Amino acid sequence: MMNSKPSWQVGLALLLCAIAMTTMPLLAAEAPAPMSSGTTSLIIGLIALSGVASFAMFSGVASAAVLFIGAHGAAWLLLSGIAGNEGMARMPYFLLLAAAWLLAWRCVAILSGLKPTSPQIRTFLRLLIPAIFGAWILIIWEAVTRGAGIPFILLPPPSAVAARIANSLPILAADVRQTIFKAVLFGYVVGCGAGFVVAILADRVGFLRRGLLPIGNMVSALPIIGVAPIMVMWFGFDWQSKAAVVIIMTFFPMLVNTVAGLAASGHMERDLMRTYASSYWQTLFKLRLPAAAPFIFNALKINSTLALIGAIVAEFFGTPVVGMGFRISTEIGRMNVDMVWAEIAVAALAGSVFYGVVALVERATTFWHPSVRGGRA
Amino acid sequence: MTVNQATATRVEQSAVVEARQLGLTFQTNDGPVRALSNVDLTINKGEFVSFIGPSGCGKTTFLRVIADLEKPTEGTISINGMSSEQAREARAYGYVFQAAALLPWRTIERNVALPLEIIGLPRAEQQERIKRTMDLVNLSGFEKKYPWQLSGGMQQRASIARALAFDADLLLMDEPFGALDEIVRDHLNEQLLQLWRRTDKTICFVTHSIPEAVYLSTRIVVMSQRPGRVTDVIESTLPKERPLDIRESPEFLAIAARVRDGLRAGHSYED
Amino acid sequence: MDRVRDKIIPVLTILAALVAVWYVAAVFMNAPFQRDLDRRAGETPGTIEFIGKTLSQPKPTMPAPHQVAQNFFENTFLRKVTSNRSLVYHSWVTLSSTLLGFAFGTALGILIAVGIVHVTALDRSLMPWIIASQTIPILAVAPMIIVVLAAIGVTGLIPKALISTYLSFFPVAVGMVKGLRSPEVMHLDLMHTYNASASQTFWKLRVPASVPFLFASMKVAVAASLVGAIVGELPTGAVAGIGAKLLAGAYYSQTIDIWAALVAGSVVAAMLVVLVGLVGKLVERSMGGRPA
Repeated sequence: MMNSKPSWQVGLALLLCAIAMTTMPLLAAEAPAPMSSGTTSLIIGLIALSGVASFAMFSGVASAAVLFIGAHGAAWLLLSGIAGNEGMARMPYFLLLAAAWLLAWRCVAILSGLKPTSPQIRTFLRLLIPAIFGAWILIIWEAVTRGAGIPFILLPPPSAVAARIANSLPILAADVRQTIFKAVLFGYVVGCGAGFVVAILADRVGFLRRGLLPIGNMVSALPIIGVAPIMVMWFGFDWQSKAAVVIIMTFFPMLVNTVAGLAASGHMERDLMRTYASSYWQTLFKLRLPAAAPFIFNALKINSTLALIGAIVAEFFGTPVVGMGFRISTEIGRMNVDMVWAEIAVAALAGSVFYGVVALVERATTFWHPSVRGGRA
Repeated sequence: MTVNQATATRVEQSAVVEARQLGLTFQTNDGPVRALSNVDLTINKGEFVSFIGPSGCGKTTFLRVIADLEKPTEGTISINGMSSEQAREARAYGYVFQAAALLPWRTIERNVALPLEIIGLPRAEQQERIKRTMDLVNLSGFEKKYPWQLSGGMQQRASIARALAFDADLLLMDEPFGALDEIVRDHLNEQLLQLWRRTDKTICFVTHSIPEAVYLSTRIVVMSQRPGRVTDVIESTLPKERPLDIRESPEFLAIAARVRDGLRAGHSYED
Repeated sequence: MDRVRDKIIPVLTILAALVAVWYVAAVFMNAPFQRDLDRRAGETPGTIEFIGKTLSQPKPTMPAPHQVAQNFFENTFLRKVTSNRSLVYHSWVTLSSTLLGFAFGTALGILIAVGIVHVTALDRSLMPWIIASQTIPILAVAPMIIVVLAAIGVTGLIPKALISTYLSFFPVAVGMVKGLRSPEVMHLDLMHTYNASASQTFWKLRVPASVPFLFASMKVAVAASLVGAIVGELPTGAVAGIGAKLLAGAYYSQTIDIWAALVAGSVVAAMLVVLVGLVGKLVERSMGGRPA
């Protein structure tokens, strides 16, 4: 198969290995826990062998598998070798890291070219390929911060952030409870609900719609987040002021999208409802709201991110001594960068889960829409 | 109730649709456009009337006036002796559009149920009517499918089932098979004729295909454009029983020729 | 005529209603404090006088529209633009990092989009992360970027511009990928029958097709970029910029200043979006696009 033909990535990786071998050792001479020559040759061997072996394989899957093992085995050895030797890595260390990364790239390239017939394997590949990419961001981040001895406050290695998360679960949980379960959820529900109700109102009253829509469109471009200090003054330091910011931020996207969605049902369908002498509310519930669902879910998805941003940034303007935004702004003041990263990781996770839940509900309710079922219109 | 009213009117006169001096002018950005002018037409119970003419001759507009989707600016229209608005509110007709216009989030069965839900029929009766109409259009077995899982022809059959589920005596069809290929179209035409013979409904059918109009109709209304008006009304002499190959008979061809002449006359009038 | 009736009158009516509601809210929200003041001073003003007082407090809970307008006008037009109190000065500080970040972000976004469209491996591995990253509250990173860069001696424009870059490249990348993929299969097949090279297809088909998408996403990006610059001014106690103005206002309870700064931010945002839209329209017209 053409997949196992020699490639520039593998060629370059082999070249880097060769250069690395001539410029040994991997770590500076004064490293406290130097890597044994056995480990070093194992790394080089893994890279070189899997690289060469990938040429010899007759199937794309096999060479991808060989590359996968080689690249990640070498990366694992490189990472464990640097532990305790922070800042001691020399050029060949990074050359080998680059070589391993090139192999992984080649592996991803082969995997991307595969066209499996079974849907399970397709799903698996769709998850595996970005997973490899994400893993390599972490690997390179870890190896470079530790290997080059980048100052901890500038960029802590992911392992330190992970350790920090593990050690401060109660604090993180309290912050999540304060920011997400109080401010974000309350604000999101009220903001989206209000936007929806006003949109229906605007739909009934044409004058209101024509007046509100341009304003709503304009407002969505404005830096609404700036109302945060005012809300903190009005509603106090606790979560209510954050919820107020979230309500304002989520209101307009919902309004604009719902109004657009209510106009989305076709003329023919509306004429059809008219021939049934269907009432306004019957037409609304049986035709126009279902047709508007994709638009409404779009707003719900946009708002899931906006709500989180609104609540966290509003906390920069004052909070009780708990909350994600509060933690970020105080810990950065104390230069506890790992805690900040831990909080950001949690925020990212929360954001993805929030979005993911909305997206799953969307898939379940708008299964009929071409963009979901992936079919023709 | 609808049925009773319809029966009552039939006793006095069997006219289902009566248009008198009907005219309709649209106000557009380029000034007023006269879509219909001086249309006088009576459609009787059990007729199959086709409207044929070039695009923009007002045949669809006329159908929409019957359905109270447009308001005439001149003249009068009555359906079963009622105004078009009363007729719509009494759900006196079923309407089939150019496209199937099925709601993609409902199964075929629930699409057919849509008008029944709006009228507010009890569940059991809904089920019974759905079953009956799905049988009529030969779609039994596809009740649980979604519209986008069916072919174009099947979708259009489902939309006919939806219009029939009402049990109204009048069926308005606006180029229902226009978007389908010829083979499917022949097949659906045949089925439509069978259905009409079985149910004794009154059908108004808009088309721009001469063979389709001649094959289906008991009467063909030829229209011409700008302003849209009736130029000829041709009574069909074909028997009620019509196999597809009747289209090769001399009688059929003679009627088709008359329709074509009528269309041409309408056209030259325009130039 | 129709435009006036269908658009301008409703919009103006709603705006007028909002201002009216604003005045009523200002009276009610400032009333408790005013009553307090009057009691201490032993005064019993009449209703009209009382309302007048609620609308002219120096540090009101809810400033009245005319107070905000007056503050905005004074600080925009009557002060030297180099003055520390001039809103033009603060807006300019924020605007400059917004524009720098926006330029970087747009360039980066286009570059990534081109890569994603042409390299399958990038599409399969990077695209999911770009979409996933939209769900992450990126602004939360803003204070850290500022502080960390300050710790290694990078201050001023660059850190804020970095945040703006980060915020603006996502919409551009996603929009541009969509745009570069927007040519119909029929047109791509046509290029294929001409045996056009990848770069010919790119320049003659994909790029022109992507222009409307690019400008639509640039409108989103420029607004996001401004938000990034404002938030970037929050954590460090920056002395200049709209964000700094908001923070100082919050610190000293100068509510009128906060509102005026918000108005300034909105004016800048509106100008930026309109400007991008205008440029987009000009470009599309020069490319023979149909005037919409």
